[in-house]
Amino acid sequence: MAGLKRKDILGLREMSTEEIDLILDTADALKDIATRPIKKLPTLRGKAFVTLFYENSTRTAKSFELAGKYLSADAINISISSSSVQKGETLKDTARNLEAMGIDAVVMRHPMGGAPHFLAKHLRASVINAGDGMHEHPTQGLLDMLTIRQRKGGFKGLKVAIIGDIFHSRVARSNVFGLAKYGAEVWVAGPSTLLPAGFEELGVKVTTRVEEALEGADVVNVLRLQLERQEKALFPTVAEYSKFWGVGPERLKLAKPDHVLMHPGPMNRGVEISTSAADGEQSVILEQVTNGVAVRMALLYLLLGGGDAA
Amino acid sequence: MREPKAMLMDANQMNRALSRIAHEIIEKNKGTEGVALVGIRRRGIPLAERLAAKLKEFEGKEVPVGTLDITLYRDDLTELSAVPQVHRSEVKFKLPGTVVILVDDVLYTGRTVRAALDALLDIGRPASIQLAVLIDRGHRELPIRADYVGKNVPTSHREVVEVHVSEIDGDDSVAVYDL
Amino acid sequence: MSTLLIRGGRLLDPASGVDRVADVLVADGRIEAIGVGLGEAGVERVVDARGKLVAPGFIDIHVHLRTPGQEYKEDLRTGTAAAVRGGFVGVACMPNTSPVIDNAVTVTYVNTVAAQQGLCKVWPTGAITKGSKGAELAEIGEMKAAGIVAITDDGMPVENGETMRQAMIYAKQFNLMIMDHCEDKHLAGGGAMHFGKVSSLLGIKGMPAAAEEVHVARNILLSLETGAHVHIQHVSSRRSVELIRWGKAMGANVTVEATPHHFTLTDEIVMEMEYSTNTKMNPPVREAADRQAILDGLRDGTIDCIATDHAPHHVDEKEVEYQAAKFGITGLETAVGLVIDRLVKPGVITLEQMVRLMSTRPAELIGVQAPALVQGAAADITVIDLDRTWTVRAEEMASRSRNTPFIGWELTGAPYATVVGGVLRMEEMKVIG
Repeated sequence: MAGLKRKDILGLREMSTEEIDLILDTADALKDIATRPIKKLPTLRGKAFVTLFYENSTRTAKSFELAGKYLSADAINISISSSSVQKGETLKDTARNLEAMGIDAVVMRHPMGGAPHFLAKHLRASVINAGDGMHEHPTQGLLDMLTIRQRKGGFKGLKVAIIGDIFHSRVARSNVFGLAKYGAEVWVAGPSTLLPAGFEELGVKVTTRVEEALEGADVVNVLRLQLERQEKALFPTVAEYSKFWGVGPERLKLAKPDHVLMHPGPMNRGVEISTSAADGEQSVILEQVTNGVAVRMALLYLLLGGGDAA
Repeated sequence: MREPKAMLMDANQMNRALSRIAHEIIEKNKGTEGVALVGIRRRGIPLAERLAAKLKEFEGKEVPVGTLDITLYRDDLTELSAVPQVHRSEVKFKLPGTVVILVDDVLYTGRTVRAALDALLDIGRPASIQLAVLIDRGHRELPIRADYVGKNVPTSHREVVEVHVSEIDGDDSVAVYDL
Repeated sequence: MSTLLIRGGRLLDPASGVDRVADVLVADGRIEAIGVGLGEAGVERVVDARGKLVAPGFIDIHVHLRTPGQEYKEDLRTGTAAAVRGGFVGVACMPNTSPVIDNAVTVTYVNTVAAQQGLCKVWPTGAITKGSKGAELAEIGEMKAAGIVAITDDGMPVENGETMRQAMIYAKQFNLMIMDHCEDKHLAGGGAMHFGKVSSLLGIKGMPAAAEEVHVARNILLSLETGAHVHIQHVSSRRSVELIRWGKAMGANVTVEATPHHFTLTDEIVMEMEYSTNTKMNPPVREAADRQAILDGLRDGTIDCIATDHAPHHVDEKEVEYQAAKFGITGLETAVGLVIDRLVKPGVITLEQMVRLMSTRPAELIGVQAPALVQGAAADITVIDLDRTWTVRAEEMASRSRNTPFIGWELTGAPYATVVGGVLRMEEMKVIG
């Protein structure tokens, strides 16, 4: 009998390889649902969850919503603008009210790190972290890992290069935490103002030279550059960023010929990633999206599929 | 190791039962044209593969074999404390126009077959569905019946019928145990 | 006034040259006699201090009593109750209230209510600038006349160097020290914990140590130039401690305090306590090397005194997302336990140093009579059980608020009795009155 021995999915940092394997295996088994004619399984019929998003996101919220609907669960979406956070109901009260209405899980995206951990302590329902500030985005980390596993068979010894604004990236953190557990050789590269402290201790190589990270890479994961960071003296212009750290066909020649190119989306075409690379043969960006639905289905199944004995 | 209450079949008896079922399939469907086997995970799969081998031996033609994981269609998931592991279902042949024969080791309450019917119909629409089981132990809770039965065995609710297949368990046998 | 006999404790008051086992007889608010085998005739209350330490009363010069305007967090009654439970005979309270204490009227209000409700002495501090906005000077002279013991914009730094310089020069004529919360807000960047490896892994915006250090350096240099007394509040970083050491060696009139949480915790506590907002304070607890520097500074005398920065907050202000929670933890009721468990027992400081750090020096800094264990002195006495092991329990706390990371901690060393102006205000960690 399988099953996750936890109520919530808050991050990859604290998960074991057994748990991650279970999630990826389950996602693999569920993946075909989204591509067959009848996109419906009765498994979570009668279960309800809410996507509670304090930050704008269409794709992740919709991905969760679809994942739930494919499993016959009921999903409602709540989108709260950041200004209402200050003026309105506290997070704790919002979630408790939803739980009182019979919600089985809350999928939350929040601008502050640790918010899902805070919520999980106050709810009996399951909490799935859909991104907490700069901390983690575990479902993205899992779908990235699933994509890598499908294409490369495993993680051990793979050179994975993550390029971009690592400092502010929860996608980078989740990927780093997850991949480091499996013995992958992880490199992060970006401008020095956008590189984080402490990653070296996880065995990650940190460099400001994107060429060094790309050299012989099996996997290249390009992160989105948030253009607002320009205003905070973190980089001067997108032109300069693109020139020094942009990923395009020329730079990708340094990677292995059969490398896979990933991007969590949405892309700034021409800034961090060139259009030809994004649409090229090595790009698995759309597979990531499909895998995203599969991973989210897997998590919903594993957390909500059983009885209340948990 | 717990002792079986009774042995129902040894390896030879299992083999003869499967041969007979294969002949019955050929007879009922007037050959193996348009016939496919789908094994219900877990032990239905090696049984389906053996049946396909016998059909090929007797008729000289390949019969496609698919696999079905019915975990996501079970009606008792909420009664379990930990959710069961999910595996892939694989049906690589086209379903319209095909007679699908579901294969399972033991037919008991009928709920597994019900789930398998739902799972199969969500994949496509076969021309018809038949059911082959090695053991029918009675106590149906749903209106389900098998077209092909290896052996009918009356049992009580306090007993368990276990089929061993060498592909999974290392030996071929069918035995009854007390619960 | 009642008479009180403190029987058989070890009296330790290095400043008065006292170190002996003796009885202390208290009457009419004063120490009437010190000797061995004093009689109990006419004594209303006896405190059995055998095997315990009897020290001059402890004073905490950095406490938020939240009065006026924020009494839902703490008021003068509950705050002073927490103080005496923690072994303190007096506290200096901070002016970042609602309204800010920036004029004589508000100072007088605090004094009046303290006299009515306070269980220990309360010395108000006044703001440096009006509303602590960092622009115009507050009426420092008037406030001094009303009884403030120092000025501080605590909670806020004084951002503008020129304003700080003028404030220092102005305060000097009134013999008032400026207590400064050293923080460059731009460098701090809206962070919620120390900027380092832990904040990076937890995905929490961090405040680099440099945000404190640049103001520490600025203040030392201004003090050297003006001769004014600047007191660095709640030092948190090793470079700050080094800068202060240098400043003192250069002859600057600079002093510094350290809090128990800064000599006990590191930023790892945020990860260990899984984003508990009881680990959120400003300045934050930093790395092991910073904690060690503070321990070294306490040992070698660079750090003048221990002050808790007791900062009570209501549960609604703390039971929120980490980034949104208010900064601050309480400290009055855990200070003595942490000082003994983490400083005295491991040999970082001696008992003599403890008395200096918690009583003599704080009194000197705020310019009040230092408590003393001599005949005729005011009876402000702290009795400590150095060997009692106890567990910090929320439900036993006297403060109105419970925002502390030390709940559940087992500490060796506890306050045993607190005597304020000759009145027994606490015995065995139970508040009296």
